[in-house]
Amino acid sequence: MPAFSRILVANRGAVAARVLRALAEMKIPSVAIYSDADAGAPYLGLAGETVHVGPAPARESYLNQDAIISAIKQTGADAVHPGYGFLSENASFAERVHGAGAHFVGPSLRWIDDMGHKAKARGLATRYGLPVGRGSGVLSREKDTILSAAASIGYPVLVKPAGGGGGIGMLPARTPDELIGAVERAAALCERAFGTADVYLERFVERPRHVEFQILGDRHGNVAHLFERDCSVQRRYQKMIEEAPAPAASRERIAATAASLAGKLAVAGYDNIGTVEMLMDADGDLAFLEMNTRLQVEHGVTEEITGVDLVRAQIRSAAGDRLADILPHPITMRGHAIEARVYAEDPRRFFPSPGKLTVFRPPAAQGVRIETGYCEGRDVTPHYDPMIAKVIVHRPTRESARAALIDALGAFPIQGVKTNIPTLLAVLGSEEFQAGRPHTELVAEIVARMR
Amino acid sequence: MAEIEAKTEVTGSVWKIVTELGQRVEAGETIMIIESMKMEIPVMSEEGGVIQRFLVEETTPVSEGQVVAILTT
Repeated sequence: MPAFSRILVANRGAVAARVLRALAEMKIPSVAIYSDADAGAPYLGLAGETVHVGPAPARESYLNQDAIISAIKQTGADAVHPGYGFLSENASFAERVHGAGAHFVGPSLRWIDDMGHKAKARGLATRYGLPVGRGSGVLSREKDTILSAAASIGYPVLVKPAGGGGGIGMLPARTPDELIGAVERAAALCERAFGTADVYLERFVERPRHVEFQILGDRHGNVAHLFERDCSVQRRYQKMIEEAPAPAASRERIAATAASLAGKLAVAGYDNIGTVEMLMDADGDLAFLEMNTRLQVEHGVTEEITGVDLVRAQIRSAAGDRLADILPHPITMRGHAIEARVYAEDPRRFFPSPGKLTVFRPPAAQGVRIETGYCEGRDVTPHYDPMIAKVIVHRPTRESARAALIDALGAFPIQGVKTNIPTLLAVLGSEEFQAGRPHTELVAEIVARMR
Repeated sequence: MAEIEAKTEVTGSVWKIVTELGQRVEAGETIMIIESMKMEIPVMSEEGGVIQRFLVEETTPVSEGQVVAILTT
């Protein structure tokens, strides 16, 4: 491949560690960036060189485009890996990276731009022939138009932000009266969080499952899928547990959807790593939710069942290699993988719990994979997201994977911050999860039962 | 006239002060919002009262249990 000569990793924590590890294995020189809060972080040792990009607050460091662009120029990096979060789905940053003479390890600019606007993405998905659930375009502020949009979708509806994700500004409405208030509240929240008050409506699915498809495209018109992940175990739209393959689902239907998505995205010219997120209703029908044009936090479960290193694959695709040379033929799935995200948060009130990791001892059992940017003695600061580790297990069956993950989480002593491990264990031990019936309301229901 | 201390329940920084000096707030009303780990956690008044003093400004770092405002009933 026309290999990159030096790649700058524009991120921090677990994903920076993951990408730096892949670069070391590929023998590609790497550059890590860090803020004041991350000086001395364990993963920085994996990098060929490091550049300080600013103070702890993200907007002054990991979101500071000027500082990152000057780090690219200063180190002569010819590619940038954005990780996930921060600037990974920021089209103007990708454009500036190109302007600085470097490649952006991700899809072409138009994809980042199109899929970043969620209402626009729905329109495009419809045009590309993907199955899209009933919904509206961006709502006007007129009461009558809002009400008639909802009437044509059918109640209950979900008010959603057009300009952002993460569950912020998403409000369900069951009646026209509820709807008008929900649209006003959601628009105000969105204005504050995303700088745009645009909201739209979607059909509200009761207790849905979140099933997503891993996609990889190349620069030569080829797109493949690497099966699906079930990420239904969430709290307020924050994923907590992810697994592959999706349990208790029709393999035929999932396989047909995956193949159809890959085919349609190939026609549309998708050209790097991406994930199509879908909602599955009680009948097993799948509807397009959104497409993420980057590596996903939960990519590890797919790597475990397929044996494909997605970060290396993503980098090779960006460098111009063909899928035929990157991926095995055929791509097969072996066993079952489950990942739990360990968050520094109070398991009772779900408040963030920053602090010093006075004890942090990831289990070293065989077949247990840990992805983290922390080590014992490091501070978990309030500046970044609360995820302190991902614990991934891979076993021949779902039930043995579930048992192994329970063991691994039980053997992961952490002190100095509170963690969500009790909640993770309650979910993994629940009858619903064990039976392969996760859904997006499950965590809330289990927490209510625990009280 | 009793003094009430409004405390933050989380470590983070002050994102937005949504009340003003001299303003009357009811029990459970949000005085300011703390940002921590990409979440917004409100500081709410435990009782109704009038805001006498803010001990922090927007962007000030705060620790769990720190008093951020003084009210009088």
